[in-house]
Amino acid sequence: MVRSLLLLLFCLACIVVSRSALSSNDFKGREARSDGLAAWQQVYSVLTSPRCINCHTATNYPQQGDNRHHHFANVIRGPEGNGVPGLNCVSCHQSANAESTGVPGGRNWHLAPLSMRWQDENDQPLSSAVVCHSLTDRTKNGGLNAAGLLKHNEEEPLVLWAWNPGRKQDGTMRTLPALTHAEFVAATRQWIDAGMPCPR
Amino acid sequence: MATYHLTVNGQRKEVKVDPSTPLLWVLREELKMTGTKYGCGISVCGACTVHLDGVATRSCVVPISLLGNRRIVTIEGIGSDPVGRVVQEAWVEKDVVQCGYCQSGQIMSACALLKANPKPTDANIEESMGGNLCRCAAYVRIRQAIEDASKRLA
Amino acid sequence: MKHTIRELGTIDRRNFLRVSAAAAGGLMVSLYLDLPTSAQEGGQAPPAKIYPPDAFIHIRPDGKIVIQVNRVEVGQGTHTALPMILADEMDADWSQVIAELAPAADVYKDPLIGVQWVGGSTAIANSFPQYRELGARARSMLVQTAADRWRVKPEQCRTASSIVYGPGNRSVRYSDLANEAARRPIPDKVALKNPSEFKLIGKPVRRLDGRAKCDGSHKFAIDLDLPGMLIALVARPPVFSGKVRSFDDKEARAVPGVRDVFEYPLVKGSAVAVVADKFWIAKQARDRLKVDWDLDGIEHADSSRLFAQYKELAKTPGGVALKRGDETAIDRIPESQRIVAEFEFPYLAHAPMEPLSLAVRFDGDRAEAWVPAQLPTWEQMATAEVLGLATEQVKFNVLFAGGSFGRRGLVDSHLVREAAAIAKRVRGRPVKLIFTREDDMRSGYYRPMFVHRVEVGIGSDGAPLAWRHVVVGQSFVKGTGVAMEAMLVKNGVDHLAVEGSSDSPYAIPNVDLTAHHPTLNVPVLSHRSVGYGHNSFVRETLIEELADRAKTDPIGYRLKLLNKDAYKFRAVLTLLNEKASWRTRLPAGHAVGYACSEYNNTACACAAELSIVNGRPKIHRVTVTVHCGLAVNPLTVESQFQGGIGFGLTQVMPRGAITLKEGRVEQGNFDRCTPPYIADAPADIDVHVVPSTEPPTGVGEAPVPIIAPAVVNALYHLTGKRYRSLPLIEL
Repeated sequence: MVRSLLLLLFCLACIVVSRSALSSNDFKGREARSDGLAAWQQVYSVLTSPRCINCHTATNYPQQGDNRHHHFANVIRGPEGNGVPGLNCVSCHQSANAESTGVPGGRNWHLAPLSMRWQDENDQPLSSAVVCHSLTDRTKNGGLNAAGLLKHNEEEPLVLWAWNPGRKQDGTMRTLPALTHAEFVAATRQWIDAGMPCPR
Repeated sequence: MATYHLTVNGQRKEVKVDPSTPLLWVLREELKMTGTKYGCGISVCGACTVHLDGVATRSCVVPISLLGNRRIVTIEGIGSDPVGRVVQEAWVEKDVVQCGYCQSGQIMSACALLKANPKPTDANIEESMGGNLCRCAAYVRIRQAIEDASKRLA
Repeated sequence: MKHTIRELGTIDRRNFLRVSAAAAGGLMVSLYLDLPTSAQEGGQAPPAKIYPPDAFIHIRPDGKIVIQVNRVEVGQGTHTALPMILADEMDADWSQVIAELAPAADVYKDPLIGVQWVGGSTAIANSFPQYRELGARARSMLVQTAADRWRVKPEQCRTASSIVYGPGNRSVRYSDLANEAARRPIPDKVALKNPSEFKLIGKPVRRLDGRAKCDGSHKFAIDLDLPGMLIALVARPPVFSGKVRSFDDKEARAVPGVRDVFEYPLVKGSAVAVVADKFWIAKQARDRLKVDWDLDGIEHADSSRLFAQYKELAKTPGGVALKRGDETAIDRIPESQRIVAEFEFPYLAHAPMEPLSLAVRFDGDRAEAWVPAQLPTWEQMATAEVLGLATEQVKFNVLFAGGSFGRRGLVDSHLVREAAAIAKRVRGRPVKLIFTREDDMRSGYYRPMFVHRVEVGIGSDGAPLAWRHVVVGQSFVKGTGVAMEAMLVKNGVDHLAVEGSSDSPYAIPNVDLTAHHPTLNVPVLSHRSVGYGHNSFVRETLIEELADRAKTDPIGYRLKLLNKDAYKFRAVLTLLNEKASWRTRLPAGHAVGYACSEYNNTACACAAELSIVNGRPKIHRVTVTVHCGLAVNPLTVESQFQGGIGFGLTQVMPRGAITLKEGRVEQGNFDRCTPPYIADAPADIDVHVVPSTEPPTGVGEAPVPIIAPAVVNALYHLTGKRYRSLPLIEL
């Protein structure tokens, strides 16, 4: 009788102990996830900067400027995201910023494909959750895994351009994203380390 | 001031200008080639369109320092190109021009279109020519001339 | 402005030809007209001046025939049409004809207006008889010469393609007759061709300047290059009439290639000129210039404020433009049978593709100017005045213009005044003054903004019974003291602000039309189609609204309402009815709108088919009909109508306007003031000319006003809204 009671108590204690152990892990998991989500919000704050989102449109045109208006001169996406013959992106955007004429430039200037759109068709930014899912979907993000995403954010010339966006015609500098590039890369890394969690 | 070597319409030229000088003004004032026109200076009108390595480019926003060794073809030279010649003939045949100031750029854009797509649809024409302004609004005949050139190229 | 073409023989004039042999040989025939200014204009004719050599035709020894055109070519096609007229009567070989822009000279004055100009769609209308006679006289002298040589009678000779043919297979080229012909007396009377003999007139003839405009060889004013030429760019006050208080040019002068930086007076206010070797150098220097502007004590015009003020003003009657019938009739019409409508029209920039530019060289005792001028003799005088010279001491060359739409027709000659002031300072070298696009767009001289307030009282038959209309907007003539002012401004009302309303073709028994012309610190100017641009919009949208209310076909409604003597309107509306038969078979989501208008005796009408695509009006097709008398060059007529409609669309483009905010122009380039691109213009515009043998009338301006009202008339059927405020920012 006492032995069964002791066994029962032991089992209960084990259950209690193991439950505590589970909560502790679970707590760590939640913490990691919430850190990851916080890191993702940092990443998202850069993605929605005009310097980035202006070319991640859902429409057949890019935007320009901090107020993200419809790009002038009727330039359009074209079948490959680089305009149409006679009116390509590179018809005006050269491989580097043209400071004296106010046209931004970088290597292979073109629109992000529609699968990488971060806006809706009314030019409104998509939610953090939607963009996160889209970014982590390898059928949409150009087949990038975590390492690929990190490398993209760290090294891709057009990404880097956002932090060296050049002067406008009036001589003023274009505004920069909310984080420095280093902060952006660090946030990307942190988000990746947390398992690339996306908001629900 | 810096020295630049350019290839314009197949000829080698040397100019000495400030690196920030747009290609448009190098052509117009250093090389005295005034066929390429100044309409806006901010690439919104297309009057300054030339071809750089075959790509239609708005020369008013390309500082000479970013040209590299790309080969330049201007309106003065496009007639030596088989497509260019046909386009110019179509433009004359259809009596397209009114004041004519935008037409160098229109022709250069049209040539870029037809070289990439000799049988453009109406939509193709509207898209490729969509950024070339004409204040005289000679657009109806611009479309007709491109259709005519397309037929001649077939 | 209306100008009646008077037949040969009824013009009261003395005319004689002066013939001189050019140094290189050849026949130069000049027509020296000593005309009083047309009596109906009422102006004073300036005494005729003699500027040698004045010539219209030069037959070169190589057979080329050079014809002087007394109108600057701004795209309207006179560079081809006027030589066609002359060459036809002359029986010249058209393939040998070269056209040149005549410089400023009295002999090139418009024969009816008495000033050398381009404007008012008058070129063909007023110079048709003139150029015919020139050609006929030249032919006559050449035939006489050949006949004498062959000892035959002139009647035994005939001409074709620059050759005189005589009896017995004899022939001789004009170029071989020219020297001798030059020494002949000039015939006073000459027979003109029977129109059935025309070989060029009335035929589609391709432009003489077409090819050069397609291969980069054609030169516009901005392309001018002269030995020793310098470039000037100007820092202008950000508010009209502002003055320079001080400026710091240290950094500007440090740019290599800068020659001078100095202040000089504008027509109102002052500015700072930067003179340099090249455009880009001047621009870099100007960007580094620091100017402290004195903007005190001048009006800072503001579009929003002005519209509010204009609307208040429009509620009170102004100077009388037209009163007909009973001005109180409208008050007796029940409100349910009245429409009260307020219309807003913004400032419009001409914005020709070629920004403003011109060049002047001053050498102390003489000067030379190179200007794409609509008013060459007028501007020549202004240049001389600024330089302290006699007019004859200024050689004034007219250059091709990359569009104008009225911007280069300067009542105050502000451009040459500026260029001359700069040239005076530079002295001894030609200076080309260039406006950047921003300079051009912010330079003012806009089509003024207007507000119209109209009350229409509708009769029981659905026709307008009474029409009370107040127009509010600046006049670019009133107060300028120019000769035209006395003719145009009556009762304080500028005719150019009310045309389209004051001369409405509709039989409305009771009309009360008045106008206010505020004086503002915003320079304004004539703009292609002038008063019709806004008055026809008001008229044609209201008329169609009445037709819609009466549930009547809008073309039929107009035809019924026309004045008996509006036969050209009747003709174009009738033809439109026939040619726009597609209007009864519109696809779902499409609608049609109509309008008609006129300019200087040319009437036109259109039907426009629209749908709404991506929230904007998409115009699928426009059918236009026109009565312009004899269409001298059908290709020109078609191009002016297709182009004029495209140009007229600027008014409805969402960013088609110029707006002022606290004195500053908000737009600077085509990114913010955006005219129609190819996708905005109709892909199909079919133009139909009413067959006519009447004297030709001009076509440059007639089409511009018809498209905007036709578009909004169609839009009503798609959105249910009446659009009375331009531009159409939102539907």
